[in-house]
Amino acid sequence: MSLSKVKFDKKIVLSFWIILIALIIAAPTLLPVFRLNLLGRYLSLSIVALGVDLIWGYTGLLSLGQGIFFALGGYCAAMYLQITSSSEFPNNIPEFFALYGVEKLPFFWEPFRSPVFTFFAIWIIPALVAGLIGFLVFRNRIKGVYFSILTQASLLVFFNFFNGQQKLINGTNGLKTDVTQLFGQMVGSEFMQRIFFWITAILVIAAWFFAKWVVKGRFGNILIGIRDDEPRVRFTGYNPVIFKTIIFSIAGGLAGISGALYTVQSGIVSPQFMTVPFSIEMVIWVAVGGRGTLLGAILGAVFINYAKSLVSEALPASWMFIQGGLFILVVTALPEGVLGWIQGDGPRNLLQRFGLKRKIETYPSLEVNNKEGNNE
Amino acid sequence: MNNQDLLNLINITVSFEGFLALNKLNLNLKKGELRAVIGPNGAGKTTFLDVITGKVKPTKGEVIFKGKSLVGRKEHKIARLGVGRKFQSPRIFENLTVKENLEISVTTPKSPLNLINKNIKDEQLNEIERLMKIVNLAQKVDSKAGSLSHGQKQWLEIAMLVGQKPDLMLVDEPVAGLTDEETDLTADLLKSLSGENTVVVIDHDMEFIRRLDSNVSVLNQGTVLCEGTMETIQKDKKVIDVYLGRPED
Repeated sequence: MSLSKVKFDKKIVLSFWIILIALIIAAPTLLPVFRLNLLGRYLSLSIVALGVDLIWGYTGLLSLGQGIFFALGGYCAAMYLQITSSSEFPNNIPEFFALYGVEKLPFFWEPFRSPVFTFFAIWIIPALVAGLIGFLVFRNRIKGVYFSILTQASLLVFFNFFNGQQKLINGTNGLKTDVTQLFGQMVGSEFMQRIFFWITAILVIAAWFFAKWVVKGRFGNILIGIRDDEPRVRFTGYNPVIFKTIIFSIAGGLAGISGALYTVQSGIVSPQFMTVPFSIEMVIWVAVGGRGTLLGAILGAVFINYAKSLVSEALPASWMFIQGGLFILVVTALPEGVLGWIQGDGPRNLLQRFGLKRKIETYPSLEVNNKEGNNE
Repeated sequence: MNNQDLLNLINITVSFEGFLALNKLNLNLKKGELRAVIGPNGAGKTTFLDVITGKVKPTKGEVIFKGKSLVGRKEHKIARLGVGRKFQSPRIFENLTVKENLEISVTTPKSPLNLINKNIKDEQLNEIERLMKIVNLAQKVDSKAGSLSHGQKQWLEIAMLVGQKPDLMLVDEPVAGLTDEETDLTADLLKSLSGENTVVVIDHDMEFIRRLDSNVSVLNQGTVLCEGTMETIQKDKKVIDVYLGRPED
């Protein structure tokens, strides 16, 4: 049983690889730049979904506030782009400042003149913020639904703060990136968008390997242990607070990278990244794709978002209903998500129902069945 | 209190909103001792374990383990000091395999850095093999712990407890739901563990306690009613009244 499952997993993983590499190679030539850009955006969203899978699927922490870290990464990238492209504006500071009569660059913008600083800030700042929020929450043993509510409340705090700070970060208008310059090229240009697509594709693969490495072995087993029975982990001598803080921080960092990639491909970062529905959508991608599967998170994010754009083009008003229906369907019929269903006994049960596969034998012939299973 | 003692519970009182779960409980354990704790339902047996392991903070009183006070310490710190606990119903990680469960228990140090960086040490792998043989789970190494039978789960949890190498093992109802044969094997296993380890066993099953052949503490209404060998306590009038009941004949 376990052997055939391993083989099955390998088949899925291999076919995923083939499809993915084929997509990455073919996409820039096959797709018009508009579609390519959309695919790139959705791939970047799959990185934040990987983080959600790490904290929710593996560790059991349902965060409804991943938008905070996503937006922070986006703002870091946008601040750098704005500041490096501001030489022709008054006072050599980004254009929007003039609207609010700001003449001097706010101090926290200064370090974003450096591309190196920005490169690290994109993932370290969200990771640190997540680590800090996480540590305070976990240390006080807040969990379950209270944790979810708290993360959502934090999201609202961040949303309102960013929304209200016109003089610091252009408030509700957000920061535009598509007309800024990066290494002498217009960020919104076709050329740059193709490059961003490649970078995103590579980073999705890198993030996936990283996440796999994190959940592999004993560290990942402790995460699963915390999800399933946290007090037992404590009584075995582990401090769950540290493990939860680390994984929440990792998810925050991934969200930051995701947000930065999304920002440069969508052309703007704004407090809209920190709205409540968007953070809930992230959870839906993972739930539909399959919790605790990593691959499911990536597929869920890409396919749901692609479906969203296709449906929205055809029937503009109906997407919310379809998304809601999808979520209800998954929660009731496929609680493990699509990939979890495929990896589990789902397909077998379905084939059985149509008489296409023999029923699983029970106890007396279990041994025989096991051997067959191994030969599959 | 003397130097031979591994654990002293001194005047422990636990009050849950006025209800006294433990009431001035005193109990001393020598190093290497096997001690059975019995008592009627609600006598405070599980609260007694909760106090030692740090899950419940005593309202009054002091817990001294290896000369250090345990009161106010976090659960995982107490576990690292050498207190291991087996729960009433088997608490194993059902989504992990038997081997992964044991890895979690034998791994030291229990820090995230150690877990993510290094492979498991050879001596710890050997220890896992040894434990799996002791509890007859060698065939089930890669099975999900959730697929084990109730008895196997109990044994896996005992193996996890032993793998933690605690100086003090607290075992809560290890034979609940086991067959007679398994019960006997468990009693022998626990007896073989004492001597090197100090073991506290909580149970209702009188046959099992008798087989342990150890000192027995009888708890009632949150306090120690009587202590002694099985023979002594069976003759004790107070114990008969509250717990054992009079023989029917």
